[in-house]
Amino acid sequence: MRYSTMFVISGATALLAAGLVMPGWLTFLLTLALAKGLVVMGLLLLMRAGMVSFGQGLYYCLGAYCVGIGGDYFETQNALVLILLAVLVCGALAAVIGLLLCRYRDIFFAMFSMAFSMILYGVLIKSSSFGSSDGFNVKPPLLFGWTPGGESGPLLAYGLAVVAVTAVGIFAWHYLRSPMGYAGEAVRENEIRVEYLGISVARVIYIKYLLAASMAGLGGAITALAAGHIDPEMAYWTTSGEFVFIALMGGTGHVAGPVLGSVLFELIRTYAFQISPYTWQMILGIALLAIILYLPKGVWSLVERVTKRTAV
Amino acid sequence: MKLVIAMLMDGVIYASWLFIIAAGLTLIYGVMRILNMAHGSFYAIGAYAGASLVGVYLAGGYPPWGAYFMLLGAAIFSGALVGILIERGLLRIMYGRDEVVMILVTYAILLILEDVIKLVWGVDAYFTYQPYTLLGRTKLAGIAFANYDIALIFVSASICFLLWWGLNRTRNGKLLQAVIHDRDTAAFLGINVTRMFTVTFVIGAMLGALAGSLTAPGISVMPGIGVEVIILAFAVVVIGGLGSVGGALLGALIVGLSRSAAVHLYPDAELFVIYGVMALVLAFRPQGLFAIATARKI
Repeated sequence: MRYSTMFVISGATALLAAGLVMPGWLTFLLTLALAKGLVVMGLLLLMRAGMVSFGQGLYYCLGAYCVGIGGDYFETQNALVLILLAVLVCGALAAVIGLLLCRYRDIFFAMFSMAFSMILYGVLIKSSSFGSSDGFNVKPPLLFGWTPGGESGPLLAYGLAVVAVTAVGIFAWHYLRSPMGYAGEAVRENEIRVEYLGISVARVIYIKYLLAASMAGLGGAITALAAGHIDPEMAYWTTSGEFVFIALMGGTGHVAGPVLGSVLFELIRTYAFQISPYTWQMILGIALLAIILYLPKGVWSLVERVTKRTAV
Repeated sequence: MKLVIAMLMDGVIYASWLFIIAAGLTLIYGVMRILNMAHGSFYAIGAYAGASLVGVYLAGGYPPWGAYFMLLGAAIFSGALVGILIERGLLRIMYGRDEVVMILVTYAILLILEDVIKLVWGVDAYFTYQPYTLLGRTKLAGIAFANYDIALIFVSASICFLLWWGLNRTRNGKLLQAVIHDRDTAAFLGINVTRMFTVTFVIGAMLGALAGSLTAPGISVMPGIGVEVIILAFAVVVIGGLGSVGGALLGALIVGLSRSAAVHLYPDAELFVIYGVMALVLAFRPQGLFAIATARKI
């Protein structure tokens, strides 16, 4: 096992152990941030190929609703089964609309993906059996019959989030260093030359899209399990915009960027909301502008500047 | 028959409202290549400015018909102010960045303006129904329509004509078209592109604010209206083809009519229909119905 992998796994173990002593609000905040980090990590894969999706909320919301609806329909509270269901459903949907979406670039890709997420929003907001705009509550998760009682309830979702982020992060890191991953970078630079080299651009992007959708579904599923409540707002365009925001904030230079970005985002939002409830959006907006102007490679570039590591 | 007339009228009224918003958005995109999310905030600012100014005006006991001029004045003034501040103060230093980065820049502006609105006007809703009810109602085939809404169709049509005339029949309009087609060549030929940008952005902002102030009498003006509107305007301009005013008109009509058809026949599909149509158009005409051709990068 490589040195860096061991470093990451020991870091994840430390995070898991810290969960036992952290105050409840911090556990909850970190769980949500990590879940969002998963979605943004998927977005990172797309952005590496120069595609910015303004519609990842589609899979984020779909994953969450899979957990909610699947839990009722199959009468299970098994967290792993529900998460698997969410990832499979999101992957299946992405496999279908990905065929269409992957032909689009730039702003058209952004707008088309947004249209799909707004379609889901439009359907959910009018479906009274799923609680319309109020959404509905999700039963607390179990793990193979293990019932975490009271205090350990949020801990299960937290543990799942840490494990998922670690596993997906390691996978994404290796994926980006594979020929397929490098092909993505090449697609961003010049598609036609990539085709000349004998690589199918459509395939490169399609696979990235599938991966991104599955990650978003995973993030949505964990969010549903952690928050215990889901609503159509998860598919609204502002949610998708938030993911792009986080991706830019964290930086797309490294797979850890999205995780760092989403933790920072949640912290800024929580504190800004507490300090001044009427101007928290303004604080976020100013932070975004400052990052675009002064840190175009995101907050992670600061970390890299300190450690002097090469980017992946 | 009654249903058809109601559907058509509602659709056209909704379309004329959509067109005023979308025209500003598509104009700014066509000239500056910025898909301006903050356009929703311009709409909201126009609505707030219109509602509060009319409120003050009517409280002063002046003749009620003057309220319409107040709505217009509020839109022009607030749109120009916000437009100049944002273009000169912020967007100017961001030019040359990627289109998608510019979306995020304007997203940040949207977030900031949402809170500026709350700071200036508070979080309570504003009502200014007087200009709406003052004009009375007209019966068409047994269905009553507010005259204000019917007037909106004419306002929208005149804006459409003015834009067409301005772009195609005036010197500055033709210069602007040159900028739309090829910014660099236009600059080489001595066109002041920077000034064109500022003027276009201000006109676009005014149109957004105008749509807001004209809507204000018919709705309750409260936080969050801009966020709802911008996504609709996106659907309209994407259907029509980004950057095309004619496309915005067509897109507005398509969205307006299909939404009103859904509202009358199957209300649950109201939102679904709008984005369904958008996805359908994109699937068959990726660049929208009235696309501007672009060169392929090799």
